[in-house]
Amino acid sequence: MIKLIGLAVVAVGFAFRMNPLLVVVVAGLVTGLVAGLSWHEVVTMMGQFFVDNRWLTLPVILMVPVVGLLERHGLQERMATLIRRAAGATAGRVLWIYQILRGLTSMVGMGIGGHASMVRPLIVPMAEGATATKLGGVTDQARAQIRAHGAAAENVGNFFSDDIVVAVGAVLLIKAFFDNAGVEVPLGEIKLWGLPTALCVIAIGWWRYRRLDARLARAAAKPATEREVKGPKP
Amino acid sequence: MTLLTLDFFFVAGGCVLAAVGGLIAADSAHPKRWGSAAFWLLLALAIGAGKWLSPTLVGYLVLGLTALIATKRVGAPQGRGGDPVVLKERAARLGNRLIWPLFLVPAVAVVGGLTLEWVKVGDFLLVQPKQVAQVALGLGCFAGITLAMRTTGEGPRVAVQEGGRLLQLLGWAVLLPQMLAALGGVMGKAGVGDEIAHLVAAVLPVQIPAVAVLAYCGGMALFTILLGNAFAAFPVMTLGVGLPFIVKAHGGDPAVMGTLGMLSGYCGTLVTPMAANFNLVPARLLELRDDFAVIKAQVPFAAAIWVFNVVVMYVCVFRR
Repeated sequence: MIKLIGLAVVAVGFAFRMNPLLVVVVAGLVTGLVAGLSWHEVVTMMGQFFVDNRWLTLPVILMVPVVGLLERHGLQERMATLIRRAAGATAGRVLWIYQILRGLTSMVGMGIGGHASMVRPLIVPMAEGATATKLGGVTDQARAQIRAHGAAAENVGNFFSDDIVVAVGAVLLIKAFFDNAGVEVPLGEIKLWGLPTALCVIAIGWWRYRRLDARLARAAAKPATEREVKGPKP
Repeated sequence: MTLLTLDFFFVAGGCVLAAVGGLIAADSAHPKRWGSAAFWLLLALAIGAGKWLSPTLVGYLVLGLTALIATKRVGAPQGRGGDPVVLKERAARLGNRLIWPLFLVPAVAVVGGLTLEWVKVGDFLLVQPKQVAQVALGLGCFAGITLAMRTTGEGPRVAVQEGGRLLQLLGWAVLLPQMLAALGGVMGKAGVGDEIAHLVAAVLPVQIPAVAVLAYCGGMALFTILLGNAFAAFPVMTLGVGLPFIVKAHGGDPAVMGTLGMLSGYCGTLVTPMAANFNLVPARLLELRDDFAVIKAQVPFAAAIWVFNVVVMYVCVFRR
């Protein structure tokens, strides 16, 4: 049981809204120490895992100069202008379509998309632009809701259509695990059983984004004195 | 022997970070000038040269970075990039040409991912097969930044400055995915997973099929919430609960169980701050005031999808 103390550190740290980085580092140190490693060994182990996992951080670091440069030259404004021409566009519809497209790329095992490379520069400006056109402005509150759902569209689209057509990540991991455990499972069946959830997620998305649109419309219908009216944010 | 390794891109990333740190150090108006400069320069060292430093030194570098964050010595300058009127004018001038660099990145990454494996220079492979996807993405970023600089007519200095603006929005969050991976590694070595699987099996009446399905799907979600990674939860829960109680005791179909079990784990990913790169990093990147805003938006998704997974698994897993 003592081994689980690291998880307790994490739970307490997050519950008290302490800095997540500090929480995670302390949890790692504590877990290593109660498992009987010396301070020196734990620090070395953390350093080694840090180096082994640098590829997690690399895409963000290499991508931000591209996005930053384009933003400085008005990329977000351009996306808002483009969506304004599309009749019937709403924030919810933009996000729903993005979630489906993201799911399709994920289905064939391609990592097209991402919060830094798609959601911030393209999708959120389009959703906010559509809202500005349709509802005559975007309040700070509306903006926060649209952005949170934009990030959700990326995650949901990314996760639940994994490898259904071309196996790359999760499906291969499941297959490899069962092979090691001596259980015979055909690859095709693992892919196939991902399909019901992938379809269900599209339906759930439709419901969620419709609710988002309804909530935005309701908030916008309130008298102007109750809310702060602003144009699209640069 | 390969010609183009991932190390090249780590060094490139280190250079970007070092340049960001350098620009902060030169900026006398920066509210947290020296702490921030030190943070990005140390991170540049750990990312760019990590392979050649001793793991112990990197470990202490990481502790140093954490200390800078914990003592609130790192910050971002106030204000946003540029005047809205100027931005609109620029956008009108460049039009859709602004968008192409963003699509060039994934295009190069996909094409490279499919072809680089086969490229040979003399007897040398250009890229190690294992690294192809990551190297292709790195090349995509290079192509993207080249086209972006050509389109906008800016030099590398402005690119680094604008990239640094976004990186500083991220702040500590940029480091978190790697540290969570490290925490997962340490927990794996300490045997935390087995402990939890034993606990689930000991506490719940898993001899009832419906309870076994609930325990497995619930365990996948819970364990993913705690560790932030469904891939880490999968072997533990499947060995501890899934295989013995669903497949062996009740004759369940392992394909149905494994697939829907993994997808139940993803529901946990949607609601945990431990999956920082999916949930916390985007909240910062999108400049949301609440770090947990993305998680809050995803809770209904996660709950609905999880229930669907459990129902489908219960209906289909025992059908043969």
